[in-house]
Amino acid sequence: MNTADQYLKAVYLAQRMEDGPAATGTLADMLEVSPASVNEMVGKLEDRGLLEHEKYKGATLTDEGIERAHDALTTYCIIERFLTNVLEVEEFRDEARALEAVIDDTVAERLDTIIDRPAECPECFDPEADCCSYLEPSLD
Amino acid sequence: MSLGQRVATDHQLARLLQIGVVLEEVVESRAAHHLESLPEAEREAIDPDVEALLDEAADESAEHRDRLAALVDDLEAETVPYEEINALVDARYGPPEGTDGVLYDQLCNEETAYKFYDDLIGAIESSDAEYAIDREEVLETLRAIREEEREGVEDVTEIMERRA
Repeated sequence: MNTADQYLKAVYLAQRMEDGPAATGTLADMLEVSPASVNEMVGKLEDRGLLEHEKYKGATLTDEGIERAHDALTTYCIIERFLTNVLEVEEFRDEARALEAVIDDTVAERLDTIIDRPAECPECFDPEADCCSYLEPSLD
Repeated sequence: MSLGQRVATDHQLARLLQIGVVLEEVVESRAAHHLESLPEAEREAIDPDVEALLDEAADESAEHRDRLAALVDDLEAETVPYEEINALVDARYGPPEGTDGVLYDQLCNEETAYKFYDDLIGAIESSDAEYAIDREEVLETLRAIREEEREGVEDVTEIMERRA
């Protein structure tokens, strides 16, 4: 997943958590980067028509941005579910965060052929818990 | 969340190689399922080139899997047995439509594998981490596998073009 998609996913989740525009500080915390880096990328994504940014309020995804964020979140859900259900990784949240930049959506689509995901995915993703609300780790 | 593609630790490297093993197992299993899924009439009349392609794909994936598994083993991690992945593929398998559908799925397999190895090689090259196994050996193995996946894409494309 490329950096732009990771940002779009973070904006989407931040908007859901804050029930409004995604604040720069929230995005910086989620992405573990500086507010200046967030502002720079938000500006680029705004130029590409993927979000709108209002000073002192934050970023709001456009329809196109929401679509891209949905796809990115789906890829992330597949990675988490694959890690926990197939590889039985206990720390699947941390590992998914570490691996998401290296796993492309086409790769996730193949991994998706061997896991079960709820039909409403990625709507069932819980931003506070940082995982699917239905995800039950199958640990021995 | 981690921005940028880098493989920073042995643990991450092992995990990504494990994922590579599973991808190869999925390819191997799907290739075997495809042949079985074709209606009897179509299976009997199957283009010998397609049959050979699927057989080779399954063999090549098994060989890639062994090479990746050896690296995973050197990192003192484990891989998921083929039988487990085969059972998961079996549980969710939906046969593609006819021989052309099979070829298209095979093309996706090869392209996906190529993309995975390409990204993984890039992520290792971007990192200056020291691994418990020889970095050059890992990269050499991955580059060789990536090259075979590239050839695989070409082989499928050639057959698809000939059949078009």
